Amino acid sequence: MNPRRTPAPSVPPPPASAGDRYRTQSGLPLKGVYGPEDLGALDPRRDLPPPGEYPFTRGIHPTMYRGRPWTIRQFSGFGSASDTNRRFRFLLEQGQHGLSTAFDLPTLMGRDSDDAMARGEVGREGVAVDSLEDMETLFQGIPLGKVSTSMTINAPAAVIFAMYLAAARRQGTDWRALRGTLQNDILKEYIAQKEWIYPPRPSLRLVTDLVAFCCREVPQWNTISISGYHIREAGSTAVQELGFTLADGLGYVEALRASGLEVDAFAPRLSFFFNCHNDFFEEIAKLRAARRMWARFMRERFGARDPRSWTLRTHVQTAGCSLTAQQPYVNLMRVTLQALAAVLGGTQSLHTNCLDETYALPTEAAATLAVRTQQLIAHESGVAQVADPLGGAYFVEDLTRRMEEEAARLLAAIDSMGGIVAAIERGFPQKEIAEASFSYQREVDSGERIIVGVNRYQQEDAAPIPTLTIDPEVERRQLERLDALRRRRSGSGVQAALDAVRRAAAGTENLLPPLIAAVEAEATLGEVSQAMKEVFGEYRESPVL
Amino acid sequence: MPKAPPARLLVGKVGLDGHDRGAKIVARALRDAGFEVIYTGLHQTPEMVVSTAIQEDVDAVSLSILSGAHNYLFPRVLELLRDKGAGDVAVFGGGIVPAEDRARLLEKGVLEIFTPGTTTAQIVDFVNREIVPRARQRRQSGHP
Repeated sequence: MNPRRTPAPSVPPPPASAGDRYRTQSGLPLKGVYGPEDLGALDPRRDLPPPGEYPFTRGIHPTMYRGRPWTIRQFSGFGSASDTNRRFRFLLEQGQHGLSTAFDLPTLMGRDSDDAMARGEVGREGVAVDSLEDMETLFQGIPLGKVSTSMTINAPAAVIFAMYLAAARRQGTDWRALRGTLQNDILKEYIAQKEWIYPPRPSLRLVTDLVAFCCREVPQWNTISISGYHIREAGSTAVQELGFTLADGLGYVEALRASGLEVDAFAPRLSFFFNCHNDFFEEIAKLRAARRMWARFMRERFGARDPRSWTLRTHVQTAGCSLTAQQPYVNLMRVTLQALAAVLGGTQSLHTNCLDETYALPTEAAATLAVRTQQLIAHESGVAQVADPLGGAYFVEDLTRRMEEEAARLLAAIDSMGGIVAAIERGFPQKEIAEASFSYQREVDSGERIIVGVNRYQQEDAAPIPTLTIDPEVERRQLERLDALRRRRSGSGVQAALDAVRRAAAGTENLLPPLIAAVEAEATLGEVSQAMKEVFGEYRESPVL
Repeated sequence: MPKAPPARLLVGKVGLDGHDRGAKIVARALRDAGFEVIYTGLHQTPEMVVSTAIQEDVDAVSLSILSGAHNYLFPRVLELLRDKGAGDVAVFGGGIVPAEDRARLLEKGVLEIFTPGTTTAQIVDFVNREIVPRARQRRQSGHP
């Protein structure tokens, strides 16, 4: 336990000056109108090649959504593995091509459902997976060689992926045919989402082992989804989201190269995940700047030669933290604008949030409206017919350049600290985000930043909306299944497999083979995580206010 | 001698929930309003929170829960406080808590649950109105 007494009250906030009233959400000042002079040194003929060409500011495909519509990829998972399996099969019957799995909080933290810390959380925010048996149930009747599966899992990603590979083998599926994405982005956990197990350096070793294993055995798998989403949700600005996410990406590339991999062997399988908040043009500029910066880093700093290594492919989710409990139907319009920005920014896939998410997990009706929002943009608005329709706009190009400059400043600061891991260990991104989050709240509280329905245009008697409830029986049934597994399996087989994991963790061999063997011996997620914790140690954060 | 703070408060994150944006904002706003604030950091058990609350002799425990585990965690903290003879420590909190769960938790003895859209000023007002008089009373009744 590490309670921290707060120091004396700090300095009061600086008074807002009248001169900078017009700003982006990140605080970049705005002119009233932009013209050719704002393009500065940018020569559109030379510096703005068409979409599909390096540095991909205008998008990664020449025809963008004509050739390849963005993927509607809604994240779902709840209750037990069989509950979620039924939902998965329903979604596939409806014509969805890919699945996106939400795990519950104990699973995300590498803990079994019967762990003392898991009480009250089993199956609440996602599906509970304790063992290979649960993983097999989750994908029962779903041909893993034919559907792509995205799994939002980080600290225990290697163990969950070991279960997925073992489940595929039991189905008779060749690993080389598997397609999908693991989030597997541990760095942003220390910065923002805070679902960690081990300290940063052994965690990075797990990431590099997994990527190296996939390069050899699961070549179509997207190994890391480098995520700004959670950084933004934790309260960062758009500029910070851009800077810290790219810094994480550079951190992975450096660690993977240091582990002996060639950049072009792994870089085409890295992907990104950004947030889309309220400030329409700033979000568009952020995505454009991200593509340009990543392409240049990969080609110029790391010498990548494969054009697929240069392209920043991204998923976008609208900003959960922008949703309001007040007048919740207004969230539909917020999400529409955010989704439109994501599409104009050139995303490859998109999750639109549901209007009721400040209350609970979404109801089916709210989830349907969220999908309809994307279908409306795709089929009715007409915006998907032309690639990068905003390219060359004075304001958008200037804002793209300024986002890039501001993010580059953060990246330089991180470089001077010795890279992102050292910066995290010093608490740098954490402190920067806490500051930004506090000043955002202060602006909302003071009314300086208008949020419709919250601090302006309030309504007193809004009728309550229907919300989803999770059956508390889910936890009891999951505990029974886990108990039965522990009684049924061979205790000595489990111990031998866990010893092999400990030995591999203490040495330098790739951890994936012993992890796969352990889950095949029916060791649970919590047991395997615990075995590695004995070698790697456990991460403890000193909280910063 | 400097004036004693009008109340001592614990701001806690219980369970596995890592969403600490709200807890940190509230802790900082309460501190800036002149209260003494102890922030536990993440991943505390109810037992850890209650033991810190007693050790630090706080007047109120404020929990931030966005994981859906509120129906277990709030009552568990209330129960442990009562078991340890600290039933006079107020419990309030905030997070993603549906209206019907909120009503049930208030019935069980949670003093207030703030939901999204609450301003920090509203929380400071609440502490001044509800916690400060209790803190005064606790001190008069022999607490240090």
